[in-house]
Amino acid sequence: MTGTAAARGMRLLRPAVTLAGLLAAWWALACWGHVPPYMLPGPDAVARALWTQRAQLAPAAVTTLEETVLGLVLGIGAGSVLAIGMAVCAPLRRWVMPMVLLSQAVPVFALAPLLVLWFGFGMASKVVMAVLVIFFPVTSALGDGLRQTEPGWMDLARTMGATRWRVLVHVRLPAAMPSFASGVRMATAIAPIGAVVGEWVGASSGLGFLMQTANTRFQTDLMFAALAVLAAMTVLLWWGVDRALAHALYWLPRHADVD
Amino acid sequence: MMAPPPAIRLEGVGLDFGAAPLFRDLDLCFGAGIMTVLLGASGVGKTSLLRMLGGLVMPDYGRVAAADGQPLAGRVAWMGQQDLLLPWATVMDNVMLGARLRGDRADRGRAGRLLDCVGLSSRAAALPGTLSGGMRQRVALARVLYEDRPVVLMDEPFSALDSVTRARMQDLAGRMLAGRTVVLITHDPLEACRLADRMLLMSGHPARLDAMGVPAGAVPRAVDDPGVLAAQSVLLRRMMQ
Repeated sequence: MTGTAAARGMRLLRPAVTLAGLLAAWWALACWGHVPPYMLPGPDAVARALWTQRAQLAPAAVTTLEETVLGLVLGIGAGSVLAIGMAVCAPLRRWVMPMVLLSQAVPVFALAPLLVLWFGFGMASKVVMAVLVIFFPVTSALGDGLRQTEPGWMDLARTMGATRWRVLVHVRLPAAMPSFASGVRMATAIAPIGAVVGEWVGASSGLGFLMQTANTRFQTDLMFAALAVLAAMTVLLWWGVDRALAHALYWLPRHADVD
Repeated sequence: MMAPPPAIRLEGVGLDFGAAPLFRDLDLCFGAGIMTVLLGASGVGKTSLLRMLGGLVMPDYGRVAAADGQPLAGRVAWMGQQDLLLPWATVMDNVMLGARLRGDRADRGRAGRLLDCVGLSSRAAALPGTLSGGMRQRVALARVLYEDRPVVLMDEPFSALDSVTRARMQDLAGRMLAGRTVVLITHDPLEACRLADRMLLMSGHPARLDAMGVPAGAVPRAVDDPGVLAAQSVLLRRMMQ
């Protein structure tokens, strides 16, 4: 037994070592790889851009974060309502499910210009975009969870004289929460994609917009800086959501470290 | 307090499970206020019979009804092979689950007294995940008792427990369920001989039910009662045929 403190240390150390290794490889390539800086700026140039361009990066990050969080809240809400509706009302499932699948068959990237045309250059089109990529994993995860209620619990509830709605609220929904949580985790990881794609197509602020502008001006270091901010933001958001879900699902065993 | 427990009658009942005929024109009566134990090989239809009694499966034809003419629905408590505790609810909330699912006011005082009866009053606020298998089955028993129904249906409720814990659960269940109409499925001849007021051995397709001899004495009988031990070996030999 090495103790949990050592285990936790290793858990933090491993990604740090991996990241340091990747940074070193990148730096070596930028220094000695005969790659011009406008194609691949070194990590030092990106770090400098992060600092000198902070007045541009910070508000852009706030815009993208707002779009992402708003998209997440609305997407998870819409996805949940749809999943619950389809679970309690079989005709709704039969009528709506083909449409839901169809909506996923159309790539959201192809819809982006249309959404910008309909919802404008502001935040609305990006939020709609995020909602479109988020709601399906949520609907499908929660729907699976609701369909797979332990049959023994349903038998027990029936002999107890339970009403349909009370079984849904007190048994089926809590039982579906672990499955719902995986849907939400996945949604959190892909929500920023929706927002950034929206910003690429047409926007006046946000990290995607900043990257687009930097690209046209050959400010590759700024592009990388924006990308780094986006990655850091996504990881932090995911981590926060993951912790909140672990806290909310207090009855599940903590995830075991898989080595 | 509790209404007098009814006898339950099966009249000309037929049921198929897929292509297999489980029951054909089955007539049977489960006596009022006694413990009837059902034995038989796996797949013979014991659980299907119990599910019909609980109103969870309708017979293809024939009738399942209480002998007093009142409907059975609302008078049955169910205890399954697994304890079926909700992992997110405390022990106390699991005991009062029925009240919550019906929208009745939960009676914490009564739930607490029942937890006391099964020896778990100190764990009322615990989550099921922190309990041993035996403790979990005691919570499930307290949940059955909280329902306070005159008919109790139990499908191998103690099969997953180690033998000492199982013997203790048999004592507890035998005492706490006395006076109700109980139907208990088991694979364990010793359990059958300790708990049965009446014993039925199920065999064949469609199923036939044969009444077996029951040892003397009141339920729950002692584990070392010579009558119980003798009956157990006779029963085991018969089941091995």
